[in-house]
Amino acid sequence: MKHGRLRFLTGALAPALVLHVVFVLSPYGQAFYLSLTDWTGVAGEAHFVGAGNYARLGGDSLFLDAVRNNAVMLVCVPLVTIALGLFLASMLHLGGRSGRSGIRGAGAYQIVYFFPQLLSLVVVAVLWQFVYNPTNGLLNGALRAIGLGGLARSWLGDPQLALPAVMAVLVWSSVGFYMVLFSAAIDGIPKELFEAALLDGAGGWATFRKVTLPLVRDTVQVAFVYLGIAALDGFAVVQVMTVGPGGPDGATEVIGLSLYRNAFTYGKFGYASAMGVALFFATLTLAVLALRSGRKERLELA
Amino acid sequence: MKRFPVHVAMLLWGVVTALPLLWAVVSSFKTDNAILNDPWSLPTDPQWGNWARAWGEASIGRYFLNSLVVVGGGLLLTMLLGSLVAYALARYEFRGNRLIYYVFVAAMFFPVFLALVPLFFVVQQLGLLGTYQGLILVYTAYAVPFTVFFLHAFFKTLPTEVAEAAFLDGCSHGAVFFRVMLPMARPGLVAVGIFNFLGLWNQYLLPLVLNPDPDRYVLAQGLAALSVSQGYRSDWSGLFAGLTIAMLPVLIAYVAFQRHIRAGMTAGAVK
Repeated sequence: MKHGRLRFLTGALAPALVLHVVFVLSPYGQAFYLSLTDWTGVAGEAHFVGAGNYARLGGDSLFLDAVRNNAVMLVCVPLVTIALGLFLASMLHLGGRSGRSGIRGAGAYQIVYFFPQLLSLVVVAVLWQFVYNPTNGLLNGALRAIGLGGLARSWLGDPQLALPAVMAVLVWSSVGFYMVLFSAAIDGIPKELFEAALLDGAGGWATFRKVTLPLVRDTVQVAFVYLGIAALDGFAVVQVMTVGPGGPDGATEVIGLSLYRNAFTYGKFGYASAMGVALFFATLTLAVLALRSGRKERLELA
Repeated sequence: MKRFPVHVAMLLWGVVTALPLLWAVVSSFKTDNAILNDPWSLPTDPQWGNWARAWGEASIGRYFLNSLVVVGGGLLLTMLLGSLVAYALARYEFRGNRLIYYVFVAAMFFPVFLALVPLFFVVQQLGLLGTYQGLILVYTAYAVPFTVFFLHAFFKTLPTEVAEAAFLDGCSHGAVFFRVMLPMARPGLVAVGIFNFLGLWNQYLLPLVLNPDPDRYVLAQGLAALSVSQGYRSDWSGLFAGLTIAMLPVLIAYVAFQRHIRAGMTAGAVK
């Protein structure tokens, strides 16, 4: 039995561990080292340059554009998505007659809202490229149809509008998922609390602010971390959808796109790795900040 | 009185969500001329030729099959290896157990972009660049950490009595896992399986870097390439048809299994 146990454990763990070390751990480890070299892909031709790549990042105007755009996305995308998701989820539950039973057709709304979440971001990006098309796109077509043709724009071609247009796509593709997530969290709130609020004469808004929001705070926090990580990416949508790619005048450049271009178009593998390390620390900071702020808020509640 | 604006708001977002999707499906039946001149019109006589052109000439059919092979292989391997690791770590005590768990789970918190450059060279040096096997192995390696994390918690909650009885009856460790524990873990396997399937099916960055051979493009890659090349040839109807072919199977499967799928996807996020 003892012998069989060891053999089983080895068989269960070894294959996955080998894959993990070869394809996950070793690349992550190498990336940190590569970021300190000037490697261009030729075996044995990597020279140690210390923090040189990182110093160059500070003077790379396209990379700084990317950092600025990711920062804007990091603020806007989670805020708008969570606000819309929370709004729709609480409407779904609280819009009903008794104040908690949910509105008619709630099931159908959930099905439809969730659609975009199932599609690859590439499919979403190709689709919205058409929606935004200035001459025969859905958006300008709709504006012209309702007599607002004056508002028709070249959405992805205008440096002022390109980034908001990209962010709108990211919000569109994720609202449904977070609506369902928040909806599940609201389902978990004891019904008595809503009834008590109703008896106390609380309106819809007061109930939302005083009962729903504090009790789904943990879920909202998780949503912030996930959406933040997605906003620090944005690669697929930008690469497929915007001209260049990267938009007019770098208007939609993102860190991932800079990294990809420097590595696989220019062959500057050391420099690209430095961008990867910068992105890693941004992600790490985001996660730590979100989790720490959550701990403080929970103490205040108690 | 108060319910009316609520319905309007819900309906409005429903339209915003569904309209672009419907528009793509409708446009896939129209002629290029109709798409260009009247984006809102309905097709007068359905152009099935668009679909045939997208599937054959534009290779969407081939990309679809490539996706099936790579995602199918990656999903099977991920579920097998992931459940083995999760079970071994959740149900056996040995030195280094926690360490192995954290080594797997920590990988979930690193952005894939960080690994991208070295990963390309690792795959190249193994001679796996642009092969099905290469993509399957990499997909598996990046999907296993979450699978372990999710199923580890799941195996911990399963009762121990059944497994003990099976051991007393003389079952080997492997038999207990495959015949007793794995069937008991089915709800968890379904949830994480759905989550992994969608994640792998929609993967774009990894194949873009590791799969440069156009003959082996997966659907997302093929569609992105198509949107560039069809744009030059202005075969809009073909591109809409390709887009629809890429969207429909997932949406139909979703409507059929929507409760399971939503539960699986959200379970993944709540942890």
